Amino acid sequence: MVAATSSLKPLSPKKFGYAEARHLLNRAGWGGTPQQIVALQLMGLDAAVDYLVDYDAIPDVVPNPEYRDNILRPYTPEEREMLRIAEERGDQETIDRLREQQLAREREDRKQMAELRRWWLTRIIRSPRPLEEKLTLLWHGHFATNYRTVENSYQMLKQNVFLRRHAADSFATLVMGIIRDPAMIRFLNNDSNRRSSPNENLARELMELFTLGEGNYTEKDIKEGARALTGYGVDGNEFRFYKNQHDDGMKQIFGERGTFNGDDFAQMCLMRRSCGEFVCLKLYKHFVSDLPDGPNAPARSVITQLARQLVRDRYRLRGVLKTLFRSEHFYDPAIMGNMIKSPTQLVAGTIRTLNTPERDLDKLLDAMAMMGQQLFDPPSVKGWNGGRAWINTSTLFIRQNIAAYLITGKTPYERGWDRNQLDYDPMFLIEGMAINTPSAVVEHLCATVLGENVHPKRREQLTQFLEERGGRVHRDTIIALLLLMTAMPEYQLC
Amino acid sequence: MSNKPAFTRREFMRSMAVVSTAATVPMFVHRSAMAFGEPAAQGLTSRPGFPDDRILVIVELAGGNDGLNTVVPFGFGEYYDARPQLAIRKDQLLTLDKHAGIGLHSALKPIMGMIDDGCAAVIQGVGYPNPNRSHFASMDIWHTADPSGGKGLGWIGKAMDHALGASGASGTDCICLGRETPLAAQAHYIKPIAFENADLFRWAGADLHASLSAEYDKINRAGVLDESAAQQAARAEARMTRRGRARAEATAQSAESQASFLMRTALDAQVASDRIRAAVSKGTQTNFPGGPLASQLRMVAAMIRAELPTNVYYTVLGGFDTHAGQAGRHQQLLTQFATGVSAFYKELKAIGQDHRVLTVAFSEFGRRVSQNASQGTDHGTAGPMFVFGPMIRPGLLGEHPSLTKLDAGDLIYTVDFRSIYAGILEGWFKIDSAQVLGKSFQPAQFLKREA
Repeated sequence: MVAATSSLKPLSPKKFGYAEARHLLNRAGWGGTPQQIVALQLMGLDAAVDYLVDYDAIPDVVPNPEYRDNILRPYTPEEREMLRIAEERGDQETIDRLREQQLAREREDRKQMAELRRWWLTRIIRSPRPLEEKLTLLWHGHFATNYRTVENSYQMLKQNVFLRRHAADSFATLVMGIIRDPAMIRFLNNDSNRRSSPNENLARELMELFTLGEGNYTEKDIKEGARALTGYGVDGNEFRFYKNQHDDGMKQIFGERGTFNGDDFAQMCLMRRSCGEFVCLKLYKHFVSDLPDGPNAPARSVITQLARQLVRDRYRLRGVLKTLFRSEHFYDPAIMGNMIKSPTQLVAGTIRTLNTPERDLDKLLDAMAMMGQQLFDPPSVKGWNGGRAWINTSTLFIRQNIAAYLITGKTPYERGWDRNQLDYDPMFLIEGMAINTPSAVVEHLCATVLGENVHPKRREQLTQFLEERGGRVHRDTIIALLLLMTAMPEYQLC
Repeated sequence: MSNKPAFTRREFMRSMAVVSTAATVPMFVHRSAMAFGEPAAQGLTSRPGFPDDRILVIVELAGGNDGLNTVVPFGFGEYYDARPQLAIRKDQLLTLDKHAGIGLHSALKPIMGMIDDGCAAVIQGVGYPNPNRSHFASMDIWHTADPSGGKGLGWIGKAMDHALGASGASGTDCICLGRETPLAAQAHYIKPIAFENADLFRWAGADLHASLSAEYDKINRAGVLDESAAQQAARAEARMTRRGRARAEATAQSAESQASFLMRTALDAQVASDRIRAAVSKGTQTNFPGGPLASQLRMVAAMIRAELPTNVYYTVLGGFDTHAGQAGRHQQLLTQFATGVSAFYKELKAIGQDHRVLTVAFSEFGRRVSQNASQGTDHGTAGPMFVFGPMIRPGLLGEHPSLTKLDAGDLIYTVDFRSIYAGILEGWFKIDSAQVLGKSFQPAQFLKREA
């Protein structure tokens, strides 16, 4: 691969064409139709970046989810009393009934989680503030917490709302909030981190995975940091500081001595030199390149420059994002169209670019899980590995098949082609084209669906395919072309 | 079986992570115990990769199988005391070891037959320290071989990475029958394949119109564009054979562009899809019973018959989380398990492949000793594992956990599951288990000496 420029100078406004606007919308969002790409292009680079990053100005049209915060609850005093009496009397029926009610609440909670997954995916697909969702997903994977461990849908939602509210504000706000987040506290067992028996889980991950990265702290820092975090617990669905369980003694963290509490400890992490670069590497891998061979020289230089700005900006993210999205580096040919789509990007991007029907959200979520990305359920506290880890021979077929499902509505389980069932009209993709020759149509579709890095052989093949059908440009042939394009290995890149 | 001197002896064995050497279980003669001081890595080959012909099949019994009603300690009154309704009467059991007082659930009759034929064994009391009673957490522990609840890759994935490395993967090294790749198979280099149904391991767009299929093939079988077609085909073919692939893959992945990586994977997918679908559609020689596990094992048998270059197959039978009304459900599940595995080995024997295939069945935990109020059992700790194949030492292995010395109502394990993994890795796959498990475990000796 040719090395990219490491310049963070703004791209010359003249160079911000259709391909660049498409790239920006793919990376800072989830892609868009040709009409949306052109609209962004016409804004010009500066305004386009401001529009996407300062998204608070865009009205939020996706309704909030309906939820209940009290599905799961401990026994009420009355129930406890009933249970006590039942146990005394050997009243099996009552014991069983109470137990069954508890199990029913757990089932109800799993249903609510499924509903919240549908809600979030709907937001990702429909939100006019795509960067908001993209950042929320980034932080979800960064401060990874999963439902299968937490087993409380309301707490997962609460965390999701928190991450979204501060998604573009300040990384420091996210860190300070996450150590008080009930789902995180439960996920990393800080609710059992007590003065008498410290649990190091949150302290370790706060440094290793959230702020500093491995090798930038000592085992002693973990031990002492864990003491600082003692007593940070959960009461019902809320954070609670249990003063009696907190160790307020002298600690030594990063060589500094003091009677630090958890907030002090998190602040101290944010003050460490490696924090800025650690966060910017995350941003870089999410927005710029998944770095299959590790950070190369230009990437390292860009990350260092961004980190400097991030620290100067006191961890406020918008400035850094704007610098990045305007930079020459971001639009370098080695960067554009060279990142492997996450399953979410694949699904949301296909819908948003081709404007297909949304189909059955459960089927989409199911496919995303099979492709390795179940929302609210990252595999571990490390989040998703991303990049080439998304791809194997099984997930590749699922990726191709989910695109075919979005376009045609046909699942892989159903055989046969019924033209009359087609409910998708792709003709808007070539609307307003002056010339309708097969090669021009293919060229035009490629520019939107695959970007510029398509091998000439692929264009030739598609053009020939269209020519063999008499060059007829109508719904069926365009759909056929889209099926082939979304089944290309290159479609997995954005 | 005497429960008397349990403490010191059991503590010793656990710290060594070895399986019982007790005279009361004469069938399980313990080589390593007789030969302390032998290097742990004895018999390992320096050659990279697994022995070509060796296959491991995992059967995951998901949900927490009730070990005490599977391998039943009928000789112990405590068992009957703890389970007034659920305990199985001695006359309804298949006696496995009269002296030890251990029998099998009657649904395991086919497995009893396999034990008599010398190709099945029960390993008792398998678990790990500080047991976790959450399904997910405990399953993750079994999958990663890391009781601290690690963030790591899977133990099988790590083993295959270690054995095959970046350049040795064939694309079909590990096949998982199920929707998603289990954590156990997650690896750096090895790309496991997962499918529920071989017919879904393909592009479904081909069904839409005949003309699309040919165009799709042109795209996805082109391999890395700008490389000659002959080179491509040779490379793809070489990857499918053991000998050729180390050489063929010498072109390191690292310098590869994203597009090339995807084009190459797309070609691999087509080749694997062709092979797997052809294998599965060709089917088996013998008949298999119904049920999800048997149908997975039938596909595995068909792929083994077609001689896919696959070392590990992963199958799952779910539904063991029997909190209420356990008896009938458990009977059904054990029937599916036993009839599925026995049909699998009948087929393997018929096609002359049984000596190549070691099968191991586990569950994330056993269940509590006492039944609960709903005629079921709640999440517990240690439980039995099963191993199958003509290379194993048949019968009852290890020591049954004590029914009197419990940990808050739960069994205390007698065998660390990682010593079983070590036995598989060292004894069957001939690789250094410490590289995979993070530290040395005395390999449990459930394989015949010559295996």
